[in-house]
Amino acid sequence: MDTTLLKSLSEAHGISGREDAVRKIILEAIYGHASDIRIDPLGSITAIKRGTVAGAPRVMLAAHMDEVGFMVAGVDGDGLVRFTAVGSIDDRILPGMRMKIGANAIPGVVIWTPIHIGREQSVVKLANLRIDIGASSKDDANGKVKLGDMIVFDSYFGELGAAMVRGKALDDRAGCALLIDVLRGGPYPVDVLAAFTVQEEIGLRGAQVAAQTLNPDVAFVLETTTANDIPNPLAVPDEMDEPNPTCRIQGGPVFTILDRSVIVNPRLLQFLRATADKHSIPYQLKTQPGGGTDGGSIHLANGGVATAVISNPSRYIHSPVTYLHRDDFDNTLRLVQAVLHDVNRDVLASLR
Amino acid sequence: MFDLKAHLKTLVEAHAPSGHEAPLRELIQSAWRGLVDSTEQDRLGSLIGIKRATQPPAMPRKIMLAAHMDEIGMMVRDVVDGFVYVQRISGVDNRVMLAQTVMVHGRQPLPGIIATVPPHLLKNGNGNGKYPEFDSFVVDLGLPANEVTRQVRMGDLITVDAPMIDLNSNRVAGKAMDDRACLAAVTLCLHLLQKLHHSWDVYAVATVQEETGLLGAKTAAYQIKPDIAIALDVTFAKQPGVPDEKAVEMNGGPGIGIGPNLHPKLYDKLRETARKQEIKLQDDLLPGNSGTDAWAIQVAQEGVPTALLEVPIRNMHSAVETADLRDIERCGRLLAAFIADLDADFLTAIAWEELKAQEATA
Repeated sequence: MDTTLLKSLSEAHGISGREDAVRKIILEAIYGHASDIRIDPLGSITAIKRGTVAGAPRVMLAAHMDEVGFMVAGVDGDGLVRFTAVGSIDDRILPGMRMKIGANAIPGVVIWTPIHIGREQSVVKLANLRIDIGASSKDDANGKVKLGDMIVFDSYFGELGAAMVRGKALDDRAGCALLIDVLRGGPYPVDVLAAFTVQEEIGLRGAQVAAQTLNPDVAFVLETTTANDIPNPLAVPDEMDEPNPTCRIQGGPVFTILDRSVIVNPRLLQFLRATADKHSIPYQLKTQPGGGTDGGSIHLANGGVATAVISNPSRYIHSPVTYLHRDDFDNTLRLVQAVLHDVNRDVLASLR
Repeated sequence: MFDLKAHLKTLVEAHAPSGHEAPLRELIQSAWRGLVDSTEQDRLGSLIGIKRATQPPAMPRKIMLAAHMDEIGMMVRDVVDGFVYVQRISGVDNRVMLAQTVMVHGRQPLPGIIATVPPHLLKNGNGNGKYPEFDSFVVDLGLPANEVTRQVRMGDLITVDAPMIDLNSNRVAGKAMDDRACLAAVTLCLHLLQKLHHSWDVYAVATVQEETGLLGAKTAAYQIKPDIAIALDVTFAKQPGVPDEKAVEMNGGPGIGIGPNLHPKLYDKLRETARKQEIKLQDDLLPGNSGTDAWAIQVAQEGVPTALLEVPIRNMHSAVETADLRDIERCGRLLAAFIADLDADFLTAIAWEELKAQEATA
């Protein structure tokens, strides 16, 4: 894992539709390691790393650049900022949260009525929360932020012990970092069609266009998904109310069977499992079908593309602090590189 | 040149939950070095910096300034499979804790967060529509289970871990502005006093365990036996959700308490000093217990005439307590001017009218 790169990707501000800062980092990182580097009209980066064998399969790898966040929805008379979510975020984490707003990263905080004044436990909806940027009036605030400005969690990247890293937006900047490492590595026998996509979090938009343009034979989405392997202090074991962890930290790459956006081609899933076994790479299957990925749009692109989803397991995604274990990142990278070596015309033929 | 903001940042970013104030005590001791003539501690750990009168009468009187150095916190309830379970110990708000970065004070400080379930896996969008309570909180330190077991024990303390940040208009946000904004004002006062003459001895106190019952103020006041005292604490600044009658304006100057807990003539004198110095003040009506160190100091020993100055903050007891640096600065200036203005006869001046009449006839 290139920790410095992952840190800069994590700390870059880029909600759906405002991926510019992430794009810049990725372009600098892949320059010289791929050809045909393009930015499509939606803002996704596509790049090709030619294989060593002529006529080998065209394998698309996709990771999304955007993160969940917010946009400025207006300014109240007292200079407090209204905001709305871009992507899915739990309203319960917002009270007292620190934010950065707009191109100039204006700091703000979500105001919260002190516990001394009220202890109401019902969740306050996002529409009723406000961000304080320290503006003394509406005019003052309007001079600093404007409607539609991007808002991201104010969060910093860090390391916990030797093995864990934490930061915002590892969904899916960790996938971007994987894809960069794939391009920096090789050579591979196949043509790698890399796509760093935009607007995944609001409906898998960039991947659709990228897949239509690249026209791959097979596709793998490199994602970062919901490890929920934490205990529930309120659980009563006899009542079987332990949460389903979906997947676990240190369990290796996560293969999706199905989610809300795609049913993974079962023979392609079988190929992934066989490849992991062959190379002695640990893996796990995602046990809850929640969420969707770029696989949802890629598998429907053009005449249809056999698509699988390979994820880093990560805790607390869509929050300011997501956790990623180095072993999982390293094993996922090994798996993806093994796939690129093992996928061939026979495998493709078996998918039909 | 004293940098108020840098000093405040150092204070609020340090960790000192009630009963465990040693890190703050060291910071304050070093910040006050050279500004006071000596320091001592009470037996609970409150730090007392003594600055002797520069123009002492035969029997210098004592003024006590009190701001508390402890902060709210949580405690380790259990360690299960490398995860830390949480017990509330003071006025921490469960509603601002999800996804919050925290520090677990084990054998060494360990950063972690209060774990959340990703929205993809939530039933009904946000659990049952309620904020989770402390008994459901799990702190994830991101370390192997055996390492957590080695480092963390039941009863270890947990505090919020968040840097102070700048907002616009001289505002800053961070944890523990309650009450380190006021401690910073006291430090500023001591700096300003270096260039002023005063005939009273100044006892600047960083009290302990305010959040758990005003305890350090009680023991420090007993030890000092002050003639008058000014307690300093934060108060509610206006914001949506806080009724206007409970709140004062940000950047409207320090709040000054009015009510039975506070001595009316000290109030008058502070008002007069503020007027002379052209410092804004805002009345804060406190009909009963002020809930501050003033409540404990007032009844120490034979009783102490006590006043209360307040720094307005928003979002009290969250990781983004927001203060205006200008209010803190005004508070420090007012304290210094007030002290410089105290004359040897001030106690007589504020004595009850009936007492004065009695003495006149005697």
